[in-house]
Amino acid sequence: MVENVKELLRAHEGITHEVYLDNENSTIVPREVVDAMLPYYGQKAYGNPTLTHKPGWEAFEVIMESQKKIADYLGAKILEELTFTPSETEANNLGIMGAVLANKARGKKIVISEIEPINVLQVAEFMAKYGFTTTKIPVNSEGTIDLEKLKDTVDRETVLVSVSNVNNEIGTIQPVKEAVAIVKDMNPLTIFHTDLSDAYTRIPVDVQELKVDMATISSYKILGPRGIGALYIREGVNVEKILEGQIGTQKLWPGVENTPLIVGFTKASELAFTNFVKNVNRMRSLRDKLVDGVFEELTDVKFNGTRGEKRSPDNANISFLRAEGEALTIELSLKGIYVSSGSACSRRLLQPSHVLVAIGRRFSEAHGSILMKTTRYMTEEDIDYVLEVLPNAVNRIRGIVGNTGVD
Amino acid sequence: MSRVPLPYTQKVLDLFRNPKNLGKMEDANVVAVAGNPACGDMITFYMKITPDDVIEKATFESYGCAANIATASIVTEMIKGLTLQSAWNDVTWKKVTEEVGGLPSVKFHCGILAVGAVKRAIRKYCEEKGKSPDWLPKETTFEEKQALEEEELAKTLSKRLKVAEEKQS
Repeated sequence: MVENVKELLRAHEGITHEVYLDNENSTIVPREVVDAMLPYYGQKAYGNPTLTHKPGWEAFEVIMESQKKIADYLGAKILEELTFTPSETEANNLGIMGAVLANKARGKKIVISEIEPINVLQVAEFMAKYGFTTTKIPVNSEGTIDLEKLKDTVDRETVLVSVSNVNNEIGTIQPVKEAVAIVKDMNPLTIFHTDLSDAYTRIPVDVQELKVDMATISSYKILGPRGIGALYIREGVNVEKILEGQIGTQKLWPGVENTPLIVGFTKASELAFTNFVKNVNRMRSLRDKLVDGVFEELTDVKFNGTRGEKRSPDNANISFLRAEGEALTIELSLKGIYVSSGSACSRRLLQPSHVLVAIGRRFSEAHGSILMKTTRYMTEEDIDYVLEVLPNAVNRIRGIVGNTGVD
Repeated sequence: MSRVPLPYTQKVLDLFRNPKNLGKMEDANVVAVAGNPACGDMITFYMKITPDDVIEKATFESYGCAANIATASIVTEMIKGLTLQSAWNDVTWKKVTEEVGGLPSVKFHCGILAVGAVKRAIRKYCEEKGKSPDWLPKETTFEEKQALEEEELAKTLSKRLKVAEEKQS
């Protein structure tokens, strides 16, 4: 199998321009972030922060300072409200699992939106093992949660609600503040969790302003290193740990803290928040150029989600009708353009993205969807190159399709 | 989003980049379709069969992933020049998978669908010509059943989706 991949890589030789747009699934880590991390592997703070020696105290110091910085960016009041976890997945597991188990006496009902990321959706559903039920609130064709339905669903039995602020696939910005108000009005004891992984560094976020009880953020979604995330838990919200082991500075997550990754996550946050408006405008203008260009060059394309102010500035999700997404990702890869698709092709279930289905896309439309996210490190020339290559790629795949499957 | 690693073989990639026997055949005397666009997996086969039951040529169109395109393309190569009997008996989905140098297990169904479509075409041709050769079983074969199953699945999914589709309009 590895031999096959080597052949696939050889097929990419000679590529002259590369544009990485799959920032949903992993990102580059800028040199400045790597440089910030490097000293913590061998020069300082390489010790365990709970131990009584200089490298340990150095680690303790830098972890606390990092925690303070990220807490500030999130609007958290106190340091202890932030727990570092190995990623968004672990943060969402800790938040949802840890909170419902700690508060099960309040009720056994979990409420989430229909378009939550997999690591919220599956954790909520997994809690059925412990007697919890999960109710999913539908969204409209723009991907915005139905607040009336939320109001009708939350009751005295509802222990937790989770609605992410920005959807990871279609970029829709949810009215989280309004949702929190509705939930707390129906049941002040219900815990409100939001996954901010796709909101953090893209739209202004402040946990005090949103009035959420818990919030997840993730390093790899913000051009930081993979393997580190964090969960904000408002003071007074009871969450129990979900893994056993040696506890250190992170009371809810056992194991030795990964100091270099924490430093990298913090540096990535700093870079994004220094010149925040400029960074966001750059993502937005590149994204808009990309989307406008695609619609100029091609017919039979559909934009997934909403345009304008209710969309994250980096996100473009477009369905190319009469073209299958996985075939498109390979065709584009051979030309140096890296994207992902909501097509079901890798699964025997043959079901495409649950987010695209939830906003009313037909299966055949979802299979032809391509997700692209811009970053501040991309250039106008990158987008020009994509717009030069993409129409030919779509047309070649459409040529293979012919009239097959066309209604 | 697509997550399972898909280490396609060189042969699959070659057939994806330069598919053999691609496109509609104007003088085909049998056309068969298998799969459903709702599954993102659908093939059309065109065949020209001589009066003495030899497949003179075969072409395809495919709405699907790289494995779907590659298996459909290789099948058209494999059946070219064969008698209907030999195409029916000798072109199995396992052979198709071998011919493309192997497939990731989640993609086996692509080869199965391609063979199902060929069998469907042969059955259709025989029915239309009023032929019932000894080698043609009355009951549907594994590959034909799989194609039907996939189409049924698409119907079930589509039903579930109707509510969602109303939102869009």
